[in-house]
Amino acid sequence: MTATMRPTASACPAGAAAPAADKLAAAAAHAQGGAQIALSLPTIHCSACITKIEKALNAHPGVRSARVNLTLKRASIEADPDVTAQEMKTLVEALGFEAHELDAGTLNATANDRAGRELLMRLAVAGFASMNVMLLSVSVWSGAADATRDLFHWISAAIALPTIAFSGQPFFRNAWAALSNRQLNMDVPITLAIVLAVVTSLWETSLSGKHAYFDAALALTFFLLAGRYLDHRTRAIARSAAEELTALEVPRATRLRADGSEEIVNVAELAVGDLLLVRPGGRMPVDGEIVSGTSELDRSLLTGETLPVFAAEGQTVSAGEVNLTGPLTIRASAVGQDTSLHQMADLVAIAESGRSRYTSLADSAAKLYAPGVHILSALAFVGWYLYTFDMRTALNIAAAVLIITCPCALGLAVPAVTTAASGKLFRRGMLIKHETALERLAQVDTVVFDKTGTLTAGTPELTNLADIPRRDAELALALAQGSSHPLAQAITRAAREAGFAPAPVSDLSEVPGYGTRALLEGREVRLGRASWIGAQGRAETATFLDRGEGAPVAFSFTDRLREGAAEAVQSLKDAGKDVYLMSGDTTPAVEALAERLGITHWLAEALPADKSSRIQAMSARGAKVLMVGDGLNDTAALAAAHVSISPASALDAARVASDIVLLGSDLSPIASACATAGAATRRIRENFRIATIYNIVAVPLAMAGLCSPLIAALAMSASSITVSLNALRLR
Amino acid sequence: MTILAYLIPISLFLGALGLVFFVYTVRSNQYDDPEGDARRILSDEYDDHPKP
Repeated sequence: MTATMRPTASACPAGAAAPAADKLAAAAAHAQGGAQIALSLPTIHCSACITKIEKALNAHPGVRSARVNLTLKRASIEADPDVTAQEMKTLVEALGFEAHELDAGTLNATANDRAGRELLMRLAVAGFASMNVMLLSVSVWSGAADATRDLFHWISAAIALPTIAFSGQPFFRNAWAALSNRQLNMDVPITLAIVLAVVTSLWETSLSGKHAYFDAALALTFFLLAGRYLDHRTRAIARSAAEELTALEVPRATRLRADGSEEIVNVAELAVGDLLLVRPGGRMPVDGEIVSGTSELDRSLLTGETLPVFAAEGQTVSAGEVNLTGPLTIRASAVGQDTSLHQMADLVAIAESGRSRYTSLADSAAKLYAPGVHILSALAFVGWYLYTFDMRTALNIAAAVLIITCPCALGLAVPAVTTAASGKLFRRGMLIKHETALERLAQVDTVVFDKTGTLTAGTPELTNLADIPRRDAELALALAQGSSHPLAQAITRAAREAGFAPAPVSDLSEVPGYGTRALLEGREVRLGRASWIGAQGRAETATFLDRGEGAPVAFSFTDRLREGAAEAVQSLKDAGKDVYLMSGDTTPAVEALAERLGITHWLAEALPADKSSRIQAMSARGAKVLMVGDGLNDTAALAAAHVSISPASALDAARVASDIVLLGSDLSPIASACATAGAATRRIRENFRIATIYNIVAVPLAMAGLCSPLIAALAMSASSITVSLNALRLR
Repeated sequence: MTILAYLIPISLFLGALGLVFFVYTVRSNQYDDPEGDARRILSDEYDDHPKP
């Protein structure tokens, strides 16, 4: 299902030459019968881990080469086609490391960060050139005259021209794109400043003039590229981490052939009418109908209900539901784009268009800034031309004004801060996916939580063990041990913690979809759902024990709170934010949780559309809503909110729809993230102020024609460095 | 001032050399795993070039 949610690399026509070449290479490797396997190794941390894993993998006869990447905590393995990822995984796990299979197809799409490399190359060229030119310029400023000065200027020109033609391309392209749409962006004054500086300097040099701005043009390009590269890095890191989360869900299904044998296939290859086997613990890959088997389904990711639903032959299932107890054979009725899961994702696309209305601080600054700069330098040009009737002087001064005002510091102001802030949050386990997410997070005044899977961990907890006689509890423990059902496991956990020992039962067997049964002293004893035991159902989640005599005993459960949930809610309330709870679950369950966490506003049995329309209504009243949710029923709400967070355990669709992903299971970083975002926004504003102060001091000098290349270089470097240092205070 | 005739080409050459080496390191994927590479030098396994 994950594979169908995203446009694949092949569907992207912009993939151009090099990805196509990569593909060819991959295809060639495939033709030779090679398999690319990627494993995620979250616990590796030292050189011994690397050596140990690489040695073990390379020792496997089918492995051609294996290499561990410690930065990404990943192993990439090239192997013979008959080697499976499962084999590699067990091999690594036998060494005592945690290993998860990653979908190589998903990872390959971003394996080569071409745009990043290109920027780095341009940055390096600009850096080396500006160092060399600066050397020459320093000699000019310290007194080189006449022929020596001209020689230095010509050499500078010889270095600067090709460098700017190469390194300046990103700005030139963006400026051209903006101009051809009849718009102004930050790149227009940048391009104008660079080009004008180079042209006037060439002109001055050819007339043996005193001032040339080659160093300024190069330093400008260098600082601005540094800003762009930082920006790109931050986003690339977030993207690759998000991609890794997606790649963890390998989209595979078990298909039954006509003769009844099983084969593992890619979900993308499934067709309507295929027979699929879904084992307990597996997720439905497609919509379909149950052909054989009985079980229970966990639908919490789709609807927010915590109670498992009984499933038997003839019942329809939807993609995304989790099979709990017995193996099910289903016949696919809708695959890929047509599944209900995918149709929900379309809701997101509609809601998302509303978010693009947010203008980032950088954009609003550019909107004020770009016309201002152009007007200033045009005024300088006209003024000086009318005063001296000398084209050369007027053009020189106009160029100086453009260089001084050029948004070096502005170009660094935002990326330097977001890099520092995203790095800080990443270390605390939060992944900032969207570029303006931090700014939007800083404005939040209302927080809406989903219940199941977000505030609660989605695993039940036994509540009434104390009320149950020890004999019954020990009998229940014996029966519960025979099942992997979440409720049975909760009983096992609780009873073991209480120090109970299982009662001596025999002939223990599980009846998928109903419960477990066994014999105790010749009597049949059963543990399972109310209707099977013959007991009266309850409002809360419960399971019943039939002791073979007397009335059935009820075991009731509550959903376990996620780690840090109480702290997160409390500190958000302390920070003066309104906290809401919206869930698709039943009223008593939601009410109980709201009371436990001290949330006064709650909404139960909410449909996905209810959630998003409530949030839209809040936004219409002017509230800035942060939505925290994980299920498919939350995706529309996540997209409709001002900013959204989802836990890493969320469905792919929910993670795609949210701006921030929580990597750990702990919720408590949410509150501190709001604080960090606030601090980051304050730093960005400070940086804008610093840049403006430099301009206020330097622009009059430039307008008055008093600005030498030395002053320009000093003002530019000083403001860029101050802005970067100010950003570093965030760390 | 004839010294300039030597010094300028030398400084340009050294700058270009630095740039060429930098380009080489980027092209040969030497920034893909900075943390791992820092630890690998401590390992006894002889491993003198990054595998593709």
